[in-house]
Amino acid sequence: MSHLIIVPVVLPALMAAFLVLAARHDMVLQRALSASSAVLLLACALFLYGLAAEGQPLPYLLGDWPAPFGIVLVLDRLSALMLVLTGILGVAVALFAMTGRDTGGRHFHALLQFQLMGINGAFLTGDLFNLFVFFEVLLIASYGLMLHGGGPRRLGAGLHYVIVNLVGSTLFLFAVGMIYAVTGTLNMADLAIAVGQVAPGDAALLRAGGGLLLTVFAIKAALVPFHWWLRGTYSAAPAPVAALFAIMTKVGAYSIIRVFTLIFGAGAGDAAWLAAPWILPAALVTLVLGTIGLLASRTLFDLAAFSIVASMGTLLIAIGLFTPEAMTAALYYLIHSTFTGAALFMVGGIVATGRGETGDRLVAAAPFPRDQLVAGLFFLAAIAMAGMPPLSGFLGKLLILESAQNAPLMSWIWAIVLGTSLLMLVGFGRAGSVLFWKSAAVAGDGSRPVAGTGNALPLVATATVIAGTALLTLLAGPATAELDLTTRQIFDPTDYVRAVLGDEAALQIAER
Amino acid sequence: MELLVASAIGILTATGVYLLLRGRTFPVVVGLSFLTYGVNVFLFAMGRLTLDAPPIIDEAAASYTDPLPQALVLTAIVISFGMTALLVVLALRGYLERGSDRVELGAAEEGAET
Repeated sequence: MSHLIIVPVVLPALMAAFLVLAARHDMVLQRALSASSAVLLLACALFLYGLAAEGQPLPYLLGDWPAPFGIVLVLDRLSALMLVLTGILGVAVALFAMTGRDTGGRHFHALLQFQLMGINGAFLTGDLFNLFVFFEVLLIASYGLMLHGGGPRRLGAGLHYVIVNLVGSTLFLFAVGMIYAVTGTLNMADLAIAVGQVAPGDAALLRAGGGLLLTVFAIKAALVPFHWWLRGTYSAAPAPVAALFAIMTKVGAYSIIRVFTLIFGAGAGDAAWLAAPWILPAALVTLVLGTIGLLASRTLFDLAAFSIVASMGTLLIAIGLFTPEAMTAALYYLIHSTFTGAALFMVGGIVATGRGETGDRLVAAAPFPRDQLVAGLFFLAAIAMAGMPPLSGFLGKLLILESAQNAPLMSWIWAIVLGTSLLMLVGFGRAGSVLFWKSAAVAGDGSRPVAGTGNALPLVATATVIAGTALLTLLAGPATAELDLTTRQIFDPTDYVRAVLGDEAALQIAER
Repeated sequence: MELLVASAIGILTATGVYLLLRGRTFPVVVGLSFLTYGVNVFLFAMGRLTLDAPPIIDEAAASYTDPLPQALVLTAIVISFGMTALLVVLALRGYLERGSDRVELGAAEEGAET
């Protein structure tokens, strides 16, 4: 049993506490510690991915209590992949925030570390109630981050965000309670066995619990009809925070994959593939609504927020198909949309500070230093998000369309994915031409306000994230081969159950 | 007793949902509290209602009550208490900064609409 599995949770927790207690008055020290912790987390995540890639899921028994009685963390390919993604984003956000975007309050970096702890924990845990606890950890940190810097608009939008998520948490508890009442366990591996043996009289309760869980995850993943909180929150949040939030919607998507393949998967008897009929139609509507919003956006942040909604729609279409080919496509698109969404918010942040009072509104204004470089980054992020060749958005959508070839809703999926891609291209093209071409014609008024524009670090951070997209494109072959193995593990829970509960339990699950 | 507990959960939840849909922050905060009370009792009842039975091993005991929901409820209470406190502070701060305790965003806060 490798103790490294707990590091992605413990390291940021200790670092956050240390930042609050010992480094609260020294911003330079805070930045150095926060960034080095982020780099260490990434290194640890990469090493853990190596461990997971050896094939077998690895359990970590907290306090060495035997499963299913204690809480267990499980490292498999899927969770390791999400850890690496979080690690990369954590480093980029820490770098991006460093040049004056973290001074709106004293505890930006401590909150960032707590946020990373919650996200990593949610990806690692193998216990349904523990998932709730880590959701709370990441939400509490996100409330603080979202409100960072204050201001009336942020407070108003923050209130919505907090209330929506508190209602979500309450629903999560109702769901957990129902599932516990009929199965008597909350350990995910144990649940995978127990849901198949539920008494016929209790089957409806179990399905209701599963449905409630889907609702909770849909709120997190911004799936229609629970998408409306996202635009207000993301466009009001500070740029580095909004960039980090690109992984938050993916926590919802991850939870849907985990719970509705492992617990409510093929072996669940009456409740098998519980989520399948709901996700696909809702995801199609999400994609359409996100694209309409994108066309109607009047600020760059709104544009980025709605493109996140649209990309979640695309991602959930692929997840909602619940076939191995579609799942590989979904994972590929998940990595891509995390990078691209974060890059768009970072570009938005650079533009907003660069243009001073005009901010991120989509109107022509005087050019700002290095705006051609920023325009280039925006262009790359935009074509990746819209799904144009040659970047990974194109490959991701291609994989999704290909995997949907034999799906019952195939014509709908193809029409909507292709149609919205065109509309997104129009939306991004309009925004980019106003922001960078029309602005080039506006004469500067000589006043160059703005703190932090002289610093290249935000550009470097943005370029790093976009380089991730480019790398994903170049290495698409090996990447999809890796993701294929991940998908195989997702659709065959035997190894997961064996790792947590031993051979006997694995036999039970394999017999179904 | 089942009827009593079930109707208590139902009334708490219904009150919570109704208040949650109001347009000002104070009823919403109270509504969320009611909702969390409802879910706490609900979680408790999910371990089945047992009278006069210990939750931990006792040689004299004839039967036990399920201790796990009680632990879950404790966690849920702590989290919901903290969250309610945060929400109250946030609502107060919002009222002071925005000059209104209405939940919806005003035109001024939407920003960028010029």
